[in-house]
Amino acid sequence: MRRVLPGWAGTWGRAVAPVVVAVLALTAWQVLVTVGRVAPFVLPSPVAIAEALGAILPQVVSAALATGANALWGLVAGSVLALVAAALAARLGWLRSTLVPLAAVVAALPIVALAPIFATMFGATSELPRQLVVTVVVFVPVFVNALRGLQSVAPVHADLMRACAASGWAATRTVTLPGALPHVFTGLRLAAAGAVISAVVAEYFGGLQSGLGSRITSAAANSAYPRAWAYVTAACALGLLFYAAALAAERLTTPWNRRTS
Amino acid sequence: MTRAARQVGAVVAALVVLAVLWETYKALGPANGASLDTTRLLPRTDDRAMPHLWTVLTTLGSPEVSGVAGSRTVGAAVLFGALNSLRLALLGLLLGAVVGGVLALLMQRLRLLEAGLLPWVVLSQTVPIIALAPLVAGWGGVLRVGSWAWSPEASVVVISAFLSFSPIAVGLLRGLHAPGATEQELFASCAASWRQELVHLRLPAAVPFLLPALRLAAAGAVVGAIVAEISTGTRGGIGRLIIEYAQQATSSPARVYAAVLGAAVLGLVAAGLVALLDAAVLRRGRLA
Amino acid sequence: MSPPSAKAMVEVSGVTQRFGTTTALSDVSLTIASGEFVTLIGPSGCGKSTLLRLVADLLTPTEGTVHVAGKTARAAREAQDYGIAFQQAGLLEWRTVLRNVELPLELHGVGARERRARAEELLEVVGLADVADKRPSQLSGGMQQRVAIARALAAKPALLLMDEPFGALDEMTRERLQDELLSIRAREGTTVLLVTHSVSEAAYLSDRVVVMSPRPGRIAAVVDVDLPLRATGTPTDVRESPEFFAATTVVREALRAPARVASP
Ligand SMILES: Nc1ncnc2c1ncn2[C@@H]1O[C@H](COP(=O)(O)OP(=O)(O)O)[C@@H](O)[C@H]1O
Ligand SMILES: [Mg+2]
Repeated sequence: MRRVLPGWAGTWGRAVAPVVVAVLALTAWQVLVTVGRVAPFVLPSPVAIAEALGAILPQVVSAALATGANALWGLVAGSVLALVAAALAARLGWLRSTLVPLAAVVAALPIVALAPIFATMFGATSELPRQLVVTVVVFVPVFVNALRGLQSVAPVHADLMRACAASGWAATRTVTLPGALPHVFTGLRLAAAGAVISAVVAEYFGGLQSGLGSRITSAAANSAYPRAWAYVTAACALGLLFYAAALAAERLTTPWNRRTS
Repeated sequence: MTRAARQVGAVVAALVVLAVLWETYKALGPANGASLDTTRLLPRTDDRAMPHLWTVLTTLGSPEVSGVAGSRTVGAAVLFGALNSLRLALLGLLLGAVVGGVLALLMQRLRLLEAGLLPWVVLSQTVPIIALAPLVAGWGGVLRVGSWAWSPEASVVVISAFLSFSPIAVGLLRGLHAPGATEQELFASCAASWRQELVHLRLPAAVPFLLPALRLAAAGAVVGAIVAEISTGTRGGIGRLIIEYAQQATSSPARVYAAVLGAAVLGLVAAGLVALLDAAVLRRGRLA
Repeated sequence: MSPPSAKAMVEVSGVTQRFGTTTALSDVSLTIASGEFVTLIGPSGCGKSTLLRLVADLLTPTEGTVHVAGKTARAAREAQDYGIAFQQAGLLEWRTVLRNVELPLELHGVGARERRARAEELLEVVGLADVADKRPSQLSGGMQQRVAIARALAAKPALLLMDEPFGALDEMTRERLQDELLSIRAREGTTVLLVTHSVSEAAYLSDRVVVMSPRPGRIAAVVDVDLPLRATGTPTDVRESPEFFAATTVVREALRAPARVASP
């Protein structure tokens, strides 16, 4: 029933197939747009996008830096808050029973919609409102996963710590924290992607015209479609960069953990 | 039931604490907030930046356009906006689920396709696909597909679908791959067809994976609908209302809060619908 | 209640253990002399693990007392008088094999150099010196279990507690580890309390087999095992000796007819 790839394709296929798909998709896109004479407002061709990207590269980079900085600050602030909250919640039952359902509720909310509220509270002339949006977006996955990690001590390890008469802090240091790390990184990986996405989207709600999100909207409003797509490309690259950084940090910090795909 | 009641109680308690903090800061905090250079680190406490919470609630009952007889209330506007966005988000979720489901089935069937496509589907969750919203928005009113003109609402649905297809494709595929070698060999030994294996083995095994994926997808669809409305300027939804009310912040600052409240309720309702589905599936599973 | 005797390594007297409404152990008394090798055998759920965990002070008895090495079980645990190996190896996957063996010493504040030397020596004993720097996930199940045994021995405990340590292993590995355990025990003079569900393992290893019966868990029979070839013969000689067969037969019959107390 199962289509098994021939041997060479099994090893090479995993690496080559995605590249082939990307090349085919880009070629088909280019051909479709040129031959089908698709209007650029519907879909500019990859070549046109690449040309636009080359032409305005300095602006793209500076916009990406502005959005990236917001994402990074929010990611750091949200993660620190979430880790502290998870550590407290792991110890304090009443806090846990409050924060866990609250996090589940917040996870269902369209948090980016807070952007205009933060803008009225803190003023629309700084990046802070956007960084706050990212902070809230990041908090949820890091908190949920870190708490899960802190509470997932294997029974056999708990027995071992007791059998060795380990103190509470020694048990935390030797078993609980290292065991929680892979979960923390699962949360951070989700958060890293969410940070960039929300940093871009928060810009759609107005405020400073500094980042990728505002450049995309203004380019689209000016019918400069290839330019808008160039900024979108940069936004995707920024997202991948954050994700890859989180993945690399995970590999470096938890080398024993081979779960991640 | 008691567990659910306790959780609701905890959330309510947390909200009460937040409300108390809000009013306390508003009463005691520095009127002009606190700033470092040009960045304000603590918000101002005046009614424009931080309205009283009861003002937010009473504004729901106030007419949207004052002085005009028969004008609908802000609350009604928020409610209609949220319902309209919910409709678009659910349509997007449906479209996303169909696309994601088909993709997952194809990838399960054809491993070459899985090898080529899955990395991109997974990566698509890490990049701001939603950045495309202002571009898809441009299709509204201009693009025609045959006799059917692309409506702004169609843009909203498409963007919602964009944000929901990938969790479903990834989750469902993982579920379809969940049955172990033993189960697969059992079906192979019975000479079961791919369809039989799918219906009796893989799809049932995928259900526990599908529901969390659906929860993610629903949250994505809601964000997609709101953001798409903002960038398409589609009227009638909660996203557009947030922007409109944000622009009225000088005259009626509580309105934007009311609209964001509506967006929050929208998110909760979408999550609630998925939870209902979850419960229905669980009940059926127990009966079967 | 009698005071703990000086020579007994483990003294369980009148212990009853209840979990809610289930009675896992009912009025169990057992004394293990210093240097003795005792196995607990019985059907699943008869309270073997519970008894072992009581000795380890991982549980506190509902009724009765447990003494280890002349102290209360708790004092013995805090003094690291025993080492313990579980059915799962329970290694810390983020530590190397060597650092896993060092763990009990580290937790008791032994200096880095000393604990490293001891861990290396133990890995030598269990034949794993060459994988000291590997991570547990790179080892087979049998190797992981040997690391767990080395870890249990790290603090030179007077008593070794083992809960089905070879339960998940194949027969070949299992027999090899049994022989390793016997030679370690002969070298270090450790008292051993081991839980098993294998009749031949119990007969092969122990001086005494404690046969338990379920609902509620109690001691049904105690079988003394004497295998003279242990001192002089090879492991194969022992396993093929008539005494070994006789011992397995008695244990098996005690398991089948739990009421009769037998002795070969
Ligand atoms: N922590 C516990 N909570 C509740 N019941 C337990 C617990 N530990 C053991 N039991 C019960 O006590 C009985 C004996 O268990 P155990 O000692 O694990 O048996 P064995 O190791 O002989 O298989 C079983 O009925 C088991 O269900
Ligand atoms: Mg047991």
